[in-house]
Amino acid sequence: MIKHWDPSAIDYETDYGTPAPQPEYSPEYAELPEVSLFIDGNSLKVPAGSSVMRAAALAGISIPKLCASDNLQAFGSCRLCLVEIEGRKGYPASCTTPVENGMRILTESGKLAALRRNVMELYISDHPLDCLTCPSNGDCELQDMATAVDLTEVRYGYDGKNHLQAEQDRSNPYFTFDPSKCIVCSRCVRACEEVQGTFALGIDGRGFDSKIVAGQKQSFMASDCVSCGACVQTCPTAALIDNAIIEHGQPQRSVVTTCAYCGVGCAFKAEMKGNQLLRMTPYKGGPANRGHSCVKGRFALGYASHPDRVTEPMIRDNINQAWRTVSWDEAVNFAADRLRTIQQQHGRRSIGGITSSRCSNEETYLVQKMVRAAFGNNNVDTCARVCHSPTGYGLKQTLGESAGTQDFDSVEKADVIVVIGANPTDGHPVFASRLRKRLREGAQLIVADPRQIDLLNSVHVASTLHLPLRPGTNVAFINAIAHVIISEGLEDDAFIAQRCETDAYREWKSFISDAKHSPQASAAITGINADDLRQAARRYANAGNGAIYYGLGVTEHSQGSTMVMGIANLAMLTGNIGRAGVGVNPLRGQNNVQGSCDMGSFPHELPGYRAIGDDSVRAQFESVWGVELDPEPGFRITNMLNEAVAGRYKGLYCQGEDIAQSDPNTQHVQAALRNLDCLIVQDIFLNETAKFAHVFLPGSSFLEKDGTFTNAERRISPVRKVIEPLGGKADWEATMALSNALGYPMNYQHPAEIMAEIASLTPTFAGVSYQRLEQQGSIQWPCNQDAPGGTAVMHETEFVRGLGKFVVTEYLPTSEKVTRRFPLLLTTGRILSQYNVGAQTRRTDNMQWHPQDILDIHQHDAEDRGIVDGDKVEISSRAGATVLTARITEQLQPGVVYTTFHHPESGANVITTDNSDWATNCPEYKVTAVQINKVTEESAWQQDFQQFSSKQQALLKDKLSS
Amino acid sequence: MPEISAEIEQNAALLEIIDSHKALEGALLPILHAIQQRFTYIPDTAIPLIAQQLNLSRAEVHSVTRFYSFFRSTAPGKHTLQLCRAEACQARGSRALEQAIQQRLGIGFHQTTADRAISLEPVYCLGNCAASPSIRIGDTVYGGMTIERFERLLSTLAIPVVEAQS
Ligand code: SF4
Ligand code: SF4
Ligand code: SF4
Ligand code: FES
Ligand code: FES
Repeated sequence: MIKHWDPSAIDYETDYGTPAPQPEYSPEYAELPEVSLFIDGNSLKVPAGSSVMRAAALAGISIPKLCASDNLQAFGSCRLCLVEIEGRKGYPASCTTPVENGMRILTESGKLAALRRNVMELYISDHPLDCLTCPSNGDCELQDMATAVDLTEVRYGYDGKNHLQAEQDRSNPYFTFDPSKCIVCSRCVRACEEVQGTFALGIDGRGFDSKIVAGQKQSFMASDCVSCGACVQTCPTAALIDNAIIEHGQPQRSVVTTCAYCGVGCAFKAEMKGNQLLRMTPYKGGPANRGHSCVKGRFALGYASHPDRVTEPMIRDNINQAWRTVSWDEAVNFAADRLRTIQQQHGRRSIGGITSSRCSNEETYLVQKMVRAAFGNNNVDTCARVCHSPTGYGLKQTLGESAGTQDFDSVEKADVIVVIGANPTDGHPVFASRLRKRLREGAQLIVADPRQIDLLNSVHVASTLHLPLRPGTNVAFINAIAHVIISEGLEDDAFIAQRCETDAYREWKSFISDAKHSPQASAAITGINADDLRQAARRYANAGNGAIYYGLGVTEHSQGSTMVMGIANLAMLTGNIGRAGVGVNPLRGQNNVQGSCDMGSFPHELPGYRAIGDDSVRAQFESVWGVELDPEPGFRITNMLNEAVAGRYKGLYCQGEDIAQSDPNTQHVQAALRNLDCLIVQDIFLNETAKFAHVFLPGSSFLEKDGTFTNAERRISPVRKVIEPLGGKADWEATMALSNALGYPMNYQHPAEIMAEIASLTPTFAGVSYQRLEQQGSIQWPCNQDAPGGTAVMHETEFVRGLGKFVVTEYLPTSEKVTRRFPLLLTTGRILSQYNVGAQTRRTDNMQWHPQDILDIHQHDAEDRGIVDGDKVEISSRAGATVLTARITEQLQPGVVYTTFHHPESGANVITTDNSDWATNCPEYKVTAVQINKVTEESAWQQDFQQFSSKQQALLKDKLSS
Repeated sequence: MPEISAEIEQNAALLEIIDSHKALEGALLPILHAIQQRFTYIPDTAIPLIAQQLNLSRAEVHSVTRFYSFFRSTAPGKHTLQLCRAEACQARGSRALEQAIQQRLGIGFHQTTADRAISLEPVYCLGNCAASPSIRIGDTVYGGMTIERFERLLSTLAIPVVEAQS
């Protein structure tokens, strides 16, 4: 008797027809009771609750099917999967029949074959017979099934009533819906519901007349569809199909890799035809996404082969000159000479580097290594500074480790989910789908955000509580929640006594008990109704499992670090930490924000968050790197910029990062960049920063190199090269070349060697290797002797710092206040189809969803100013002014306006100020006092920008080859 | 702006109906019935409102309105013509009649003539099998129908605009 149980035996390329009764990756799977049965004479044991179809598939027997797929609940509509069961009448559908002990099942018989042929004949008679010219030819389940049931001729003829003339829907730029090929299996409808959670599709009519329609019988683009691709993925025919496949045909090979967009870190199969990437399809074996995707990772790929890619190294003496294309050698020697000259004139600390959250761990590691070992100082920082540095600081102080505590699977066990300052449906879409699934299963949702985010309007989710707080009052809010928990005695005393520092707790408790933190008192600050706040506190504290997810709306504030500690306090207070379903979960923005922080991209910390000032730590690195390291922490980005404006900081190496667009107070940043003597930019496009550069090194996209990314759940996932670097060198090779030119030798043959060095120097990475990645697929750090397979949930039995530490979190209002001159609060965010500064997504068809940044303003504020939808409005702050188009909305409270910053010409960061988090200098993007006025032309800044930008484009176009 | 205020008024009425049924178990069908009763059909604008209030998607609500042929998506014509398609009538030639009538009116089932005079709906048995084929206009059932009799019937309805239509 063969037992089919082992989750590691699951083949992610096989469709088992129906989902496992419990997810095969959950501990509950192993505990399912056992059922023994016989299929076609084979005796087997499978987990109870499996369908007959799944049991057969586990044993390698595939039963014909069309309407079933193992990521959807069984539906039982196609009647192709019929089987015979001894002692039962008729021919039950195997997808909807659960296994029972002692069942004897026959999957093949003459009668079954005849029945199945009949069913297939009906399908085929209403289906165009153009297999040979169909884009799905060779990848079509209908075709496979026709073969499987030996269908050779169709008796019904093709001239009866059919759907062959139905019109195609080509509204979506990435896929086509061809109803004539649709067999109405409803897999797309169910995928949109169960997997994506959008419920955009439905069935129009009944019986023979039924048709799949989007929204209210609209085009896909006009419906609620968010273009996640789940329906395309599951469609068994060519009815829903990628345009890339229609245009280029079927792929020939595929490579599993990791999405390079956001911090969810979805696993994809990059499907190739020759050297061309045809499409990315979500990989079921990826633990972050479990087979799902979003519009960016699934479809927005065109940027990688966009004509704007700069693929040759270029140099110029000053930024008013045309670029000169040169060899790699000449470029890095030119750069090295300049950097050394600067150091001679202005001192060792007058140059530095910025690492990228978009590059791999290995690449980031090399940049910081080069800065410390070749530049001889610690002037290295990362763009994570502008988003999640408070997370690192706050969680380290309280829990002892600078990272989120859970894996994404954890949300499947949460009972109350608190989302603070995050907009998961747009920022972390695949995670949002998993979260919504849990909400549909009955978990409760609490959202603390100035905006009515879309998550609150999730379909089939009734229990939601929105706490609309004033921007900048997070800490007052979190303190009030804690106050309610303490005053109503809802805290988890046993957990606190056992796991946390007593003195710190006592001090914190007396702080938080003060009446100034009461819901009524804080309502005056936060604007949150006191009863709602009490409700929220009770729900979270009383939850079996309470989980907090937060985003940049927490960190990008003057009290970002304080707020992170407030969140950690709350989790400890209620014992919501150290097991699945709970925890403190930062939703990280970019694909490798976590990794770039882990890899020592900080002026005061070496890889693994170890202090540069610590002699023994430094000694370890010195012995491996063979140089003496500067014990003094270096400059943060803000310091670099200030020093540059002051003329003391002259050289910068900037890898895959666009500080001229993404950093606050653009005008200040530009002044700093103009003051540099040597700006080296390494990127795939001539980005905004590169317009100020002297040396341009062509970067490589994630398709062009090997490496690893670390996502928001600390998961290290492989990135695999599918094509050669367009610029001739992967980013890690470019850094090596520069380092060698500077006289500090680096000689890695492959990123695996870099990872080996990282593992040897970083205790939390000690067990990480490419070999293990190959075996396991991915690894969540810490991975070392104590946890050889990695760590899904942190702080299980004790905190990384030993005892958890409550930290007093005093609310201090930001100095950014509304005044008569600037009476509104501007807060910023992002939307689904665009990513960060948009350099990638703007160069794809995702533009169809978000062609420009828009200013959202409440009806009331708009009326006061005589603004109507579509008006051009000027937004001005202390720092500057820019002009955007206004949209009237009720998603906001009066007094608050909102925009995104995906387009450089919008200049949203011209308005944001250089206020920042007290502990980490993370900029206060989320609160700026502004005024809005109706205008007719663009701002002076925008006009300058256009002018400078077109001049720099011309200098690129006129580039000279030498 | 008379059109806009009419729309606002309609929305208010719709919301009122939705609100008063929202708490019911399985509120969707009662809401749809109430809306159709009030407006004679389900206006497109009702669908997002219902979806939002019931935590459903537009596609789900739309699908339900299309699953039950009872619900109409446009205002019915002045007269509703129901044509029986069930067995007894079929046996006595209702298929041919169906085609003739459709041709005569220039519309198919679930459609309304351009002058909004007549809407054509299928029914399955009007309880008049003995005198099939049968149709019904308003509350009156007419048996033994032929295309000639139908012409005459049309003229008694005094709907000149139908004539004007090709
Ligand atoms: S579009 Fe594809 S998945 Fe959807 S019902 Fe038709 S055949 Fe099935
Ligand atoms: S692409 Fe995604 S959101 Fe759009 S219809 Fe398909 S499953 Fe639904
Ligand atoms: S959710 Fe993030 S990681 Fe996943 S496909 Fe979308 S952008 Fe890529
Ligand atoms: S696969 Fe079982 S009924 Fe379609
Ligand atoms: S079948 Fe037509 S009236 Fe009964």
